Amino acid sequence: MTNQPIITFENVTKRFGKMVAVDNVSLSVEEGEFFSLLGPSGCGKTTLLRMLAGFETPTEGRILIDGQDISNVPPNKRPVNMVFQSYAVFPHMSVADNVAYGLKVDRTPAAEIKRRVEEALELVQLGGLGDRKPDQLSGGQRQRVALARALIKRPRVLLLDEPLSALDAKLREQMRTELCTLQEKVGITFIMVTHDQDEALALASRCAVMNRGVLKQVATPSDLYEFPNSRFVADFIGSVNLFEGVLAVDEPSHAVIRSPDLPIDIFLDHGVTGPRGGTVWAAIRPEKIELHKKVEGGEPPNLGDAPKGTNAVAGIIRHEAYLGGSSVYEVEIAGGRRVKVHRSNLTRWDQEDFKLGETVWLCWHACSPAVLLS
Amino acid sequence: MAKRSAPGPLEYLRRWQMQAWLAAVAIFLYAPLIALMAFSFNDSRRNIVWKGFTLKYYDKAFHDTSLIEAFSNSLTIAAISTVISVALGAMVALALWRFRFPGKTVLDGALALPIVVPEICMGVAMLVFFARVMPWPQGMVWPLNLGAIIISHVSFSFPFVAVVVRARMTSFNREMEEAARDLGAGEWRTIMDVILPHMAPSLVAGALLAFTLSLDDFVITFFTAGPDTVTFPVKVYSMVRFSVTPEVNAASTILIVLTVILTAAALKLQGNTAATAGHGGDGK
Repeated sequence: MTNQPIITFENVTKRFGKMVAVDNVSLSVEEGEFFSLLGPSGCGKTTLLRMLAGFETPTEGRILIDGQDISNVPPNKRPVNMVFQSYAVFPHMSVADNVAYGLKVDRTPAAEIKRRVEEALELVQLGGLGDRKPDQLSGGQRQRVALARALIKRPRVLLLDEPLSALDAKLREQMRTELCTLQEKVGITFIMVTHDQDEALALASRCAVMNRGVLKQVATPSDLYEFPNSRFVADFIGSVNLFEGVLAVDEPSHAVIRSPDLPIDIFLDHGVTGPRGGTVWAAIRPEKIELHKKVEGGEPPNLGDAPKGTNAVAGIIRHEAYLGGSSVYEVEIAGGRRVKVHRSNLTRWDQEDFKLGETVWLCWHACSPAVLLS
Repeated sequence: MAKRSAPGPLEYLRRWQMQAWLAAVAIFLYAPLIALMAFSFNDSRRNIVWKGFTLKYYDKAFHDTSLIEAFSNSLTIAAISTVISVALGAMVALALWRFRFPGKTVLDGALALPIVVPEICMGVAMLVFFARVMPWPQGMVWPLNLGAIIISHVSFSFPFVAVVVRARMTSFNREMEEAARDLGAGEWRTIMDVILPHMAPSLVAGALLAFTLSLDDFVITFFTAGPDTVTFPVKVYSMVRFSVTPEVNAASTILIVLTVILTAAALKLQGNTAATAGHGGDGK
């Protein structure tokens, strides 16, 4: 029993008329996880969440909670609770009545309701605001009410639909940390839907990336970022430089990708076991590319883990965006392709080292590119 | 004191043209009503020149049994038809707001028909209907003898309720309903706890509309009323045919005061609920 996942989607498909919102998704979530469903809008992540809550029924497949098929259980009988995107706080009830609602419906004794409402309000740091009406609260406070209202029922799983999208940037960052602490404190499994990759990476212990109803990859945030399994995931999570090419060499110890976009070869310090001669994509994150000044007649830099003449290319800086903590450069290499490079501003004068129109070297380690087969 | 500054571009109320216009509107709106009320206290049968203050026409009106009967008929009809109209109108509005079903557009259009069809046509239609298609049994006990009038009043006032309620429901956040379900409420409980509180102000407004429409309806009632089912407007009309006596003024004044009190009470009630239930989709 200990290893049984708390939630299992088994080949779940949902169609709205001819539109396939969720396409044959199989997925399981373990107890205590902070799981995130991530994807662009319209990718089916919200539909998946709503099927879990019981507001939609799967066209095909089964959804299990604790091993029980809940496909035919109405939403009010499911051991899950949801925090809605609009928070859906009842405007005609006080904060305390909102939070107490789920327990009142369940006919919990009044004394217990009172005690648990106070607890729940303390938990979300709204202690003492129980008598307020929702229209006297800020957006962030309303969200806390929605959280307390859902958590007070001690659900097996808490569902969060774009929980931070309606908050301003500062508050969003603060709520991120709070959601994390809250989840650790209550120990309930959280499933969050978001289109914001930063949010998913920062909060989730595991993410599922979806696109057009299809599950693309399920992994921890760092695996998603460092080892994406497709161009979609690589591009959706963070930013990336993709080079289409062929596998010229594929040995167990190293591999070489030859791309028409690059005047040099991409050397990898590991084997790929991909289709020799077939199309592959090398994905290099902008922050994994180093910028070096180019001296007239100088040798290309070598980071020591790739043969000379690979993983280093000259280019001209065409665009620079100063972001405070770092700067983003767009560097045009021979052949016209522009490469994005992130550079941390480690000292106060860092961003002044490289100027528009300057010729520079771009180079990267042999372990940095990720090889994508699709 | 410095000279007052010229009116700003948006300070319309400080321009004399606007002030004159407002004064004219006020006069044409309220002068007839005030005259009617004032002459109900006039100590003269002719009702043309002011002869002195008296309350005797109120006394007379209160002792005129046929007037009292017409008045109570009107109130009864208004009360019953309002209750039915609100229930019916709210249900139609909910169905149109909530569901998709075949014939929805037709129903939607048909609903507006009683609002746009000229009252005289409605009156004739009702007359024909109750004379030929479904005669209302004669000689029934009060208030059953008012049935035909009540039915016709419901048929023209429930669409107004439906329109008001439906307009209100468009501001309802569906996530609110889902939240209630999610927290364990069944369908019925969800309606009572979440949908109805949101709908409440429109129910009050709709009821007010239905009540006043019914209370002062003359045309349709005139065609459906029998000799023993006279309503207040019909009675006033028959009294005026001979002459406008201060007695009519007195009765009308009572009716005006009554409707004003009712409206004020309803608005107050609505104001209270609107203050708390007035936020449908917040935070979006």
